Amino acid sequence: MDDKSGVINLEYEVIRYDFSKAGQASSEIKKVLKQLGINSNIVRKVAIATYEAEMNIAIHSLGGRIIVTITESNINISALDYGPGIENIKLAMEEGFSTAPNNIRELGFGAGMGLPNMKRCSDVFEICSKKNKGTKVDMKISLN
Amino acid sequence: MQISKIIEKLNLEIIAGYDKTKEDNKAEGVFICDLLSLVMAKSRSLDIWITIQTHVNVIAVASLMELSAIIIAEDMEIDEDTIVKADEVNVPLFKSKLSAYELASKLSELGV
Ligand SMILES: Nc1ncnc2c1ncn2[C@@H]1O[C@H](COP(=O)(O)OP(=O)(O)OP(=O)(O)O)[C@@H](O)[C@H]1O
Ligand SMILES: [Mg+2]
Repeated sequence: MDDKSGVINLEYEVIRYDFSKAGQASSEIKKVLKQLGINSNIVRKVAIATYEAEMNIAIHSLGGRIIVTITESNINISALDYGPGIENIKLAMEEGFSTAPNNIRELGFGAGMGLPNMKRCSDVFEICSKKNKGTKVDMKISLN
Repeated sequence: MQISKIIEKLNLEIIAGYDKTKEDNKAEGVFICDLLSLVMAKSRSLDIWITIQTHVNVIAVASLMELSAIIIAEDMEIDEDTIVKADEVNVPLFKSKLSAYELASKLSELGV
């Protein structure tokens, strides 16, 4: 964490299939927001958005990172990964769409609700993805 | 309703994350689901969560959503990781031989 002119940056590496860490990035982000005294409704939205982003990177990508920037007015969350990208973003955004394999579904993932949850919790939501490159999700949650 | 009362009335087995000497938390509702991102979408804080999922991620979900406790139904075997994590982050984790339906019926009778 660094603190320049009231801006806080948090950054976490998310490793592929590393479920033992089980939501560590989102848990730590939530802890920081609570310490900053941020409104519990906003903390909840950020917790949901970062958890779903973290799980998607761990389950569907080769690995990536989550970067959170807290300014006076917003919380910005970027989740980016190193591939393999999403072929059809429109389809991926639909509630219930999931390519999670059976062994992952058995653990309770694969409802196809992660991306819709992230969108619902954000004031601004953008996703871009290139097949064989990677995916980047940017979310902005307003503090006011 | 106090968690301690629910443990007693439902005869729950205490697995981890619960310290009866500490302030007794309240449960204010019940949520039954085995799909994690549906719990992320729809549960409310202080809900008791009834599930048959026992993977360590359930603890992260309960902690992030500030649920009051997890009850593992159907006597499902719980991963060691999950137990360790529940103690680490103080998420009360209980277990029962009853089905989710039976547990929910009893909670309903108690007025939760
Ligand atoms: N970072 C990513 N890289 C590649 N594919 C992704 C990524 N994130 C999501 N996807 C694709 O989009 C689909 C929908 O994602 P979403 O998070 O909504 O559901 P899910 O992860 O499958 O299930 P749930 O989040 O409900 O457990 C995924 O099944 C996957 O095919
Ligand atoms: Mg997902």
